[in-house]
Amino acid sequence: MGGMAAPQVAPVETPDTDEVPAPDRPWVTIVWDDPVNLMTYVTWVFQKLFGYSRERAEQLMLDVHHKGKAVVSSGARERMEHDASQLHAYGLWATVDRS
Amino acid sequence: MFRRRGDRYVASLAIDEVRVLRKVASEVVGLLTDGFDHSDPVVCRLFPEVYPEDAAGTAEFRRYTEGDLKTAKIDQAGAILAALPDDGGGEVRLDAEAAEAWLRALNDARLAMGVRLEIKDGTDLGAELDDAVAADPSSSRVFQLSVYAYLGYLQESLLNALIE
Repeated sequence: MGGMAAPQVAPVETPDTDEVPAPDRPWVTIVWDDPVNLMTYVTWVFQKLFGYSRERAEQLMLDVHHKGKAVVSSGARERMEHDASQLHAYGLWATVDRS
Repeated sequence: MFRRRGDRYVASLAIDEVRVLRKVASEVVGLLTDGFDHSDPVVCRLFPEVYPEDAAGTAEFRRYTEGDLKTAKIDQAGAILAALPDDGGGEVRLDAEAAEAWLRALNDARLAMGVRLEIKDGTDLGAELDDAVAADPSSSRVFQLSVYAYLGYLQESLLNALIE
């Protein structure tokens, strides 16, 4: 799994999430593709939970769908665990890993 | 299917739809209460391992989050049960909060059924259903596939009404 997160982190320009160097954002939340969740639902969840624009949420959903997974947030470990548990409440398949 | 009417989300459900929704929502509640078992693949999908390669980390995470997550999932399935007509078919009217609870609960029910039915990426539901009917039209698989397809249709209509 080494290195899978970092290169795919920034599908769209989002300066305050993605351009901070790794030491300040050592952990990532990853959403994995699954065959059941509707694409429109996944996009809606990303907008709802993270306040992402429609465009960014859609791009992340497409990354999940086509690449099998996408990093949806990064930061402190506790925050990533919070994000993952929120995603689980919506039925998305989320894991936490080091960035 | 759901439509937006003012600030409400409304669907007119036939008696069979009400029965199916009551059944699947009750099954989710049952799964989360009586039969809760991490080795069940459905439970595993609804409560994923947050650290797939770190069992201790996953156990620690579950210790702090699983109770709340379970309660949230039971509550959202309960939102379906609470809004269904008591007897026979009829209208379901949801405010925005109930509509979101329904979306999440319909998704949980679809995830559970998707695991049991072994739905994969690229599974063609129509073809699956045709095969199941050809094998045995009265089988439980035919019924389960129809319900799964119906829940997806209902969830999508509610989502479209919510974001339109």
